[in-house]
Amino acid sequence: MCLAVPARIIEINVDKAVADAMGNRWNIRITLTPDIEVGDIVLIHAGYAITKVDEEEAQKTWELFEEIARFEDQRQKAQEGGGADA
Amino acid sequence: MLERIEKARKAIAGACRKVDKPIQVMEVCGTHTVAIFRHGIRSLLPKNLKLLSGPGCPVCVTDQGYIDVILELAQRDDVILATYGDMMRVPGKAGSLESLHRSTIKVVLSTDDALTLAQKHPDKIVVFAAVGFETTTPPSAVAVADAAKEGVKNFCILSGHKLVVPAMQALLGAKNDKIDAFLCPGHVSVILGSDAYKPVVEQFKRPCVVAGFEAVQILEGLANICEQVAEGTARVDSIYGAAVTPQGNATARKIIAEAFEPCDGAWRGLGVIPGATLRLKEKYSRFDALKRFGMEEIPAEELGGCQCGRVLCGLIDPPQCPLFGRTCTPDAPIGPCMVSTEGACSAWYKYGK
Amino acid sequence: MEEKKKIMLAHGGGGRLMADLINRTIVPKFGEGQSVQLTDSAVLDMPAGKLCFTTDSFVVKPLFFNGGDIGKLAVCGTVNDLAVAGAKPVALSLSLILEEGLELEVLERILESIGRTAKNANVPIVTGDTKVVEKGSADSIFINTSGVGVRLDKADPSFARIEPGDAILINGTLGEHGMTIMSQREGLKFQTPLASDCACLHDLTGILYEELGSSVKFMRDPTRGGIAATLNEIAQSARVAVELQEACLPMDKTVQTAADMLGFDLLNIANEGKVLAVVAREDADKALTLWKNHPLGQKAAIIGTITEAADGPLVELVTKIGGRRMVQTPYGRELPRIC
Repeated sequence: MCLAVPARIIEINVDKAVADAMGNRWNIRITLTPDIEVGDIVLIHAGYAITKVDEEEAQKTWELFEEIARFEDQRQKAQEGGGADA
Repeated sequence: MLERIEKARKAIAGACRKVDKPIQVMEVCGTHTVAIFRHGIRSLLPKNLKLLSGPGCPVCVTDQGYIDVILELAQRDDVILATYGDMMRVPGKAGSLESLHRSTIKVVLSTDDALTLAQKHPDKIVVFAAVGFETTTPPSAVAVADAAKEGVKNFCILSGHKLVVPAMQALLGAKNDKIDAFLCPGHVSVILGSDAYKPVVEQFKRPCVVAGFEAVQILEGLANICEQVAEGTARVDSIYGAAVTPQGNATARKIIAEAFEPCDGAWRGLGVIPGATLRLKEKYSRFDALKRFGMEEIPAEELGGCQCGRVLCGLIDPPQCPLFGRTCTPDAPIGPCMVSTEGACSAWYKYGK
Repeated sequence: MEEKKKIMLAHGGGGRLMADLINRTIVPKFGEGQSVQLTDSAVLDMPAGKLCFTTDSFVVKPLFFNGGDIGKLAVCGTVNDLAVAGAKPVALSLSLILEEGLELEVLERILESIGRTAKNANVPIVTGDTKVVEKGSADSIFINTSGVGVRLDKADPSFARIEPGDAILINGTLGEHGMTIMSQREGLKFQTPLASDCACLHDLTGILYEELGSSVKFMRDPTRGGIAATLNEIAQSARVAVELQEACLPMDKTVQTAADMLGFDLLNIANEGKVLAVVAREDADKALTLWKNHPLGQKAAIIGTITEAADGPLVELVTKIGGRRMVQTPYGRELPRIC
């Protein structure tokens, strides 16, 4: 009944955050998940993070999850290699 | 991944062989219904395992009376109606939101967007069509709390929020021996926690298994269920460890409880289910669209002749409903099973089974 | 601050202002060798052969998006309609319906894009028309383009020649255009690196027709309604069934994730630079190689097969896990869902 997709938190501003999924970025609220930190992967439903995702568990079952995690790793590597962060 | 799928299929087949009667599993969640359809899972199951598409699509079970109120409000010149896209095509007596063709009906992706609309249009009242289960309710509660905190006066919601567990209990309570087990909703369970299904298991001795939405998770969930049925046991199990804990998201539940309280309310095709609908608490009554527009309550609409309640529970097949294919079709749906594109009646109508 | 110049009703009034608009703003955008002949009709030297003639109108919001704009779409759309029919495009017409108040600068950007796209495609714009309507009677700008072309000698696409066993190819990933537009739509906005796939495909279609001749049974560009709509149309018109292999569908993960977030099925989402080809089985691999060697076909794939319409003209998808399901013609307008 409820569509929710995993995305990585890349920016937090009080109870608002920016979440990234394969380069797509959404402005979301983290009011329901106050303990979230930058770098965490969350499930987003209707513009709200509803839980932090257990990455180890997620790797086991989530086809897309692996991609998202890998994408983020590559992005980080690219940034580290490329120097300046835009 | 394919190995795990193969293993789950074998487990399902093995368990179903041991049970020499049909096993009927209700997938409670509409997103499961869609995922089961998209992955073509039905075609991979043994003949005696039947999946019943439960009442878990919140818009599909939104009563026609609710839609009629929304349609009425949407046509007021002082109103901007904000809604999730899902609601646009759900039929009321006078058509659907989409068929009104009004630029003041806005599809939003979150309650934040609805509240922003209110702030942008101080001369209008923004009414948010607040539908959905426990996953979708917290954002509505946050929006109302935000509106109160920020003094936004031109924002209100029409609550059609619903509770999953009382509905499951009502389905079983109606002396229903056709539902052997529940495949429980992944994301509702994120909020509720898998322990929330314990009362269902204890009271009715039916297995409840929480699964995510990947094909492998659904198949493994079904395997778990079939094995429980074959063994004659009934437990709550969760195979969605990545996101679901036994306790769920307590913060979100607290936010819900701050703003909402349970009441009796009508479900499309199922009638009034006691304590399975949420209304705003008294302290937030100024954000309650009913009160704001001087309405008493949402009138429950009978869908004359509609048998969705019995179709949902696997008591009859869609063609046994007198409305099926005559007055109730995918283009002009009456009951929730036809409203939902992946609903039992809609699928039967389109694919002949 | 200087007020931006805007389109006025007088720009369509047939007087001096209109002549100015045409001569100074519109015509120069089409460069040398592309010039509009300012006579009532364009007179063309047509190569011998079967004439193909098509028309299409373009309304899109936003007017500018990642990877294109309404002008580029208007050229590519009509070129592609000719291309899939096996034609070499010869010339286009361009009709503009402008809403009073449209900024001249916006019009100029669109015209420049039209000029550039037509030049790159090597298809001249040879005639046109401009009308201005009152504010509120149109949405900024509507564009109609018509095109004529001559069918390639070896091309003979037809529903009637589609038969069980034929292979179905696509030249790349699904849904880029639709998801790009969606990402910029009011209410749905999200940041994304996605870009529309909008492109003129006549070169890509031409290679197949030239090299494989009558082995190419049919082609169509899956625009609105995505490949779901086009394949259902093929199934119904040719009275065949279609079996798609989900595992073979070229998908971009970024597009896929954006679609997942909004609850869309990429099979239903619009493309503007994709073409589906139905090719005789024995030449399917050749077709695939030809496309993969073309810049617009690097991610090409054989995605399915034409089968007997035993249960009616249906489109079925064999899913990654080996399940089967129907693919229906989409309703018409995709709405984001949360449940």
